[in-house]
Amino acid sequence: MFPRPIEKSTQAVQISYKIFLPIALFIWLLPLLAIVMTSIRPAADINSGNVFGWPSDFQVIANYTAVFTQSAALTYLKNSFFITVPTMIVSVSLACLAGYALAIYKFKAALPLFFIFVAGNFVPYQILMVPVRDLSVRTGLYDTVTGLVLFHSAFQTGFCTLFMRNFIKALPFDLIESARIEGVGEFKIFWYLVLPLVRPAIAALAVLIFTFVWNDFFWATVLTQGEASKPITAGVRALNGQFVNNWHLVSAASLLAAIPPVAMFFLMQKHFIAGLTLGAVK
Amino acid sequence: MAVADASLSTRPEKSWYQKNKLAVTPWIFLAPAILFFVVYVIAPIFQSIWISFFEWDGLGDAEWVGMRNYVELMDDDRFYTSLKNNVLWLVLFMLAVPAGLAVALFLNQTVMGMRVYKSLFFFPFVISQVVVGLIFTWFYNPNFGIVGEIWSFFGASPPAILADEDLVTYGIIFAGLWPQIAYCMILYLTGLNNVAADQIEAGRLDGAKGWSMLWYVVLPQLKPATFIAIVVTVIGALRSFDMIAIMTQGGPYGSSNVLAYYMYETALSEYGYRMGYGSAIATVLFLIMLVYISFFLWRMYQDERGGR
Repeated sequence: MFPRPIEKSTQAVQISYKIFLPIALFIWLLPLLAIVMTSIRPAADINSGNVFGWPSDFQVIANYTAVFTQSAALTYLKNSFFITVPTMIVSVSLACLAGYALAIYKFKAALPLFFIFVAGNFVPYQILMVPVRDLSVRTGLYDTVTGLVLFHSAFQTGFCTLFMRNFIKALPFDLIESARIEGVGEFKIFWYLVLPLVRPAIAALAVLIFTFVWNDFFWATVLTQGEASKPITAGVRALNGQFVNNWHLVSAASLLAAIPPVAMFFLMQKHFIAGLTLGAVK
Repeated sequence: MAVADASLSTRPEKSWYQKNKLAVTPWIFLAPAILFFVVYVIAPIFQSIWISFFEWDGLGDAEWVGMRNYVELMDDDRFYTSLKNNVLWLVLFMLAVPAGLAVALFLNQTVMGMRVYKSLFFFPFVISQVVVGLIFTWFYNPNFGIVGEIWSFFGASPPAILADEDLVTYGIIFAGLWPQIAYCMILYLTGLNNVAADQIEAGRLDGAKGWSMLWYVVLPQLKPATFIAIVVTVIGALRSFDMIAIMTQGGPYGSSNVLAYYMYETALSEYGYRMGYGSAIATVLFLIMLVYISFFLWRMYQDERGGR
């Protein structure tokens, strides 16, 4: 049932496809559209039962201002950035180094080590929960942004190393060989030869890690307590409790949480998709 | 010998590092990643298994209880409910794979604006599961959610899906499928880009059409995409935590619990801080996941042997 290119079909098929496409998209994104609409309607609409109809009044500014003035949303968003961006930098850097070592050097431990990184990336979070929380409490990192950065960096290093190692392995090995013969030092080869070549992989990982860590909820719940270090995902849940039955405000806050990863995806779409396929589907 | 002598006389003595460069350098490159990974991922796995043999509230002294936590698990109804729900998640979540393929086939056309359509279809995957959970909680609300609207349109009284012990897990899985289908779709779209056009033509000449074309010509070429789609879907199913925490917190009466959430609840929520018992649940979940991890690694190992 491989779709025959639509250009080869009859006019009628082509037209119905083009009509059906936006309808399908509309149904697919209905949940999202619903919260966009809700986030700009007045509370009175929801109370009077006008939940899916046209808003009686557009309160874009009023609703979003209310989210910021009546809750710690701004702090949550700020925390999310300060957790996500450093994690992105640390885990991608560590993975560049580790991936290079695992792809280029031939030593016995290379494959087992690689497999440990891969396996670690897939373990359920719950098997790490108690010890990681305990470690964070003992080192004073519990309920801090730094604590979350350190954990996420470590955990994401597994995935990043998997990706980076496969990417570097696919580079032409002769290049490195000939640089060695020329007498170029190992660190210089890494810095001047390999790093520029893996820039697409770095971009792919950066967007993916941004999205993964931004959307993390589990660790935000386990490793934070107060407002001072909570990221927006955990914050939205707290807001949900605070704004009971104020669905317009909960929707607005949810959308605020969703905007950064969505923007990131749109800006770096190509890299994002390359990363998602684990580098296995090119 | 003469050659060696010559090189010795022209070059100064090599340092230890110079001589062992290729053996030492990889470890220097690997050290930071290994350090982070051991502290936060590898060691905690073993610590958790160790803790599962204790009774511990997370603060005071831990008391060695041997296998008692596991014996208690065998008799715990809530554990079995969670395990049953985990199986349900695994099975039903797999629907994301064929559904994703269907959407991908539907979108695999070149009409104006297709790129934008594809990325809009992918949207649900990019937003946080917390947000997805909130959206669907609201959708399922019998008083003003869309489910209520549809039911009352047909004149029926709407069910309270999230408050119904028999429906609740299906409701959450359905919500979870939304982003997962988007993920599988994008994997297949990327895969379809690489399907060799000449093979499709050849298949067509041989009379392959419709399902036989899909089954015998297209799907074999999509194998890598299918593999990744299954792997990420299994992991997604076993990791289901966010949606449950947001939508029901395992309720009503634990009927929508899964191991991941039940573990959290036992170890950290207001129901008590039973780190040992929680770790025992986590260990069970880990063992289930280990089956899939081993399978994935085995596949990777096969590929590695085939490669350079």
